[in-house]
Order: sequence, then C-alpha cells, then structure tokens
Amino acid sequence: MNPESKQALIDYLITMADDELILGHRNSEWCGHAPILEEDIAFANIALDEIGHAIVWYELAADLQGEEREAYANHMVYFRDVRDYRNTQLVELPKGDWAFTMLRQYLFDQFEMMRLEKLAQSSYAPFAEAATKIRTEEIYHLRHTQAWARRLGLGTEESHRRMQAALNDLWPYALALCEPSNRAELLTQGGYIPDSRALKTAWLEQVTAYLGEVGLAIPTDSSNLPLSRTHHTEHLGQLLSDLQQVARLDPMAKW
Amino acid sequence: MISDVVQEIWQALDEVKDPEIPVVSLVEMGIVRDVVIDKSQVIITITPTFSGCPALHAMKTDIVQRLNTLGYANVEIQTTFTPAWSSDWISESARAKLREFGLAPPPIHHGDLNVMLWEVATCPYCGSTKTSIRNSFGPTACRMIYYCNACNQPFEQFKPL
Repeated sequence: MNPESKQALIDYLITMADDELILGHRNSEWCGHAPILEEDIAFANIALDEIGHAIVWYELAADLQGEEREAYANHMVYFRDVRDYRNTQLVELPKGDWAFTMLRQYLFDQFEMMRLEKLAQSSYAPFAEAATKIRTEEIYHLRHTQAWARRLGLGTEESHRRMQAALNDLWPYALALCEPSNRAELLTQGGYIPDSRALKTAWLEQVTAYLGEVGLAIPTDSSNLPLSRTHHTEHLGQLLSDLQQVARLDPMAKW
Repeated sequence: MISDVVQEIWQALDEVKDPEIPVVSLVEMGIVRDVVIDKSQVIITITPTFSGCPALHAMKTDIVQRLNTLGYANVEIQTTFTPAWSSDWISESARAKLREFGLAPPPIHHGDLNVMLWEVATCPYCGSTKTSIRNSFGPTACRMIYYCNACNQPFEQFKPL
C-alpha cells in the first residue's frame, strides 16, 4: 500500500469509527429511559455494539500507523476536540423522541449493512475480516430497527406523524452518510472500499422502498445544510464534554 | 518437547472459564484459536464471540493470570477475526453445560443467520419447544430472551452468530 492510500484508509476508518462511537454514545442516553423494559435491554445492547465496532475500526487505524491499539483508541475517544472528530452530523443530533431515535438508527443500520457487505471483499484483508465479523452482529440491529420502523410507521396516527416528522428532519443529515470521504476514489480504485456513488444508489433504493412500504414518504425538498464531516453542530461539543469529562479529570489514571 | 508444552497450555486454557458463562471454558467455546511458543514468549490467539464484547478484557486477564501461575511470565494475547467466530463452533460438551446452566444453546446454522426465524428454541428447563421469542437482545451481547409456554418460565438462548 502506498503512503497516500494508507493515509486515505486511516482517514476513512476514522470516519467510520467516529460515526459508531458518537451514535453509540447518543443511544446510551436511552439506558434506563426506553419506553419498555425489553427495549431498554435491546437498545442498550445496540449502543454497546456500536461502541465496540468503533473500537475495532480505531484499532485497524492504529495498526496502519504502528500505534499501540488501546492507547490509540483511548486517545481518539477521550482526548480529541470537537474539530478533530469526523463523524457526520446525523449521529450527533440529540436523541429526540423514540421515533427520531429509531428512524435514525434504521437509516444508519441499513447503510452500514450494505457497506459491510461490500467491505467484506476489501483488498485490505484485516478490513475485510472485521467487516465479515461485524456484519453478522449488525443483522440483529437491522432486523430490530426495521421492525420498529414498521410498527411506528403503520401504527397509530400519532406514531405515524412522529415518524414522518423525524424523517423530514433526518433526511438531509442521513444523505451525508453517503458522501465520499477524502480521496475516496483512490481507495475505491485500490479495491479497499466500495464505490460511494454505487453504494448511495443502492442505499437510496433500499430505504425508499422500505420506508414507502411502512407508509413514510421521503422528503423531496431537502435544504442544503453544511454537512461536511469537518463541521459540527453545537450538540457534539455537549456530547463530548459528557463523554470525556472523567477521563480528562485525571488523564494518567489507571483503571 | 514443544508440543508437550503447547499441550499443557491448551489444557490450562481449558480451565479458564468464560467470564459471563462460568460453566464453559474459553476452549470449549471456540474462543481460543491458537497457541504458539516463540522463544520465551507464549502467544495466544483468541477470537471474540462479539466484536464489542466487554468481557474480552476479562478473558485476556484471566488467560494471562492462569499462564503466569504455570510459570509463563511472558504471555501475549492477540485477537483475530479470521475466520470470524461462529456459534456453530461451540462444542457438544459445552452445549450440554449451557443447557444445564439454564441457557439454551444456539441452533446450528451453517452460516445462515436467518435460522432464528424458522428454528424453534427448546426450553432448557423442561425441553418443550412451545416457546416464543421475547427479545432478540438480552442481559449480555450474546444472549436473547425467550418464554416457555409449557413451563411458563422465561429463559435465555445464546444467539446464533
């Protein structure tokens, strides 16, 4: 792998890891507050899985840089500032109501599943192996969030209204998931990652069909928000101060 | 000679229990993949059942401690996803122990995880298949929750993965 591809791959892994970390942390806010006990258990597990997946991606990025895995992951999670995070704004938005949370998770899960299926064939073997493993776990997530999207989309007048409102709010942010990262073309040419345009087309087709089936309409007039991964909303800073405050109180502490 | 040493280490690892399911060992669960001796260093390769399993750290500590007591001071643990862990690897003996522990073993799926859609879970307490799924998630990443309609007992099943 040439140095340029290597750096691009590190950057790509960090976007994936940051998305999973921030979404996982956001979802953990439901722990103890989900609508029913079974869901509290289920969603806390999903949050935990996403954070676990973030660690896997950080570790792959560490290996590419010759860094020690645990120290690198700890640094990436606890000691970076807002401007250094490369997650999409989609995952940093406040958790909202249950419809918003479930729909965001569904849109993310569907994208992640389709991407993992492609990444399982990555020419960078460690990437392909991790994607193969994580895909098996994501099957449970996607099945769960699909079921909730159906239940709420076709449920009561109120649940449907809340879902459609959530979709209208989330849609422009969700599209940002599909935006190519830095030098993505270089990585696609090397067979490291799937083609972002083809992935976007496939994802759009899938979510449009499924959401249509559960009575939800994709908004057509999405406004142009500044959706770059280098720009964040005020919500990320608040999230990070919560996530990082203990580690930063005593950076040398041993657990 | 080396193989005797490796054999001894495998035996020792077969005594290290899964921190979340203390009736089965890491070897029976298919978590320990390889034991290699490189000069004075012992390299153990393990593969996580769930990539984000919080018990992984405890497993590593337990392995190092067990081997330290055998006199191996220099133990390195590596993790691998090649091949990805499958619940099909859980040994027959471990399946029996899981059942006794009150945890239904995962159905054999041969790589098709839709298995849970057609395979009926068997109650580990009464053996009935009149069961229904209550939650495809559970108290740990690797378990889901069922209910037995015959003995009216909730139970957990190890997830097919």
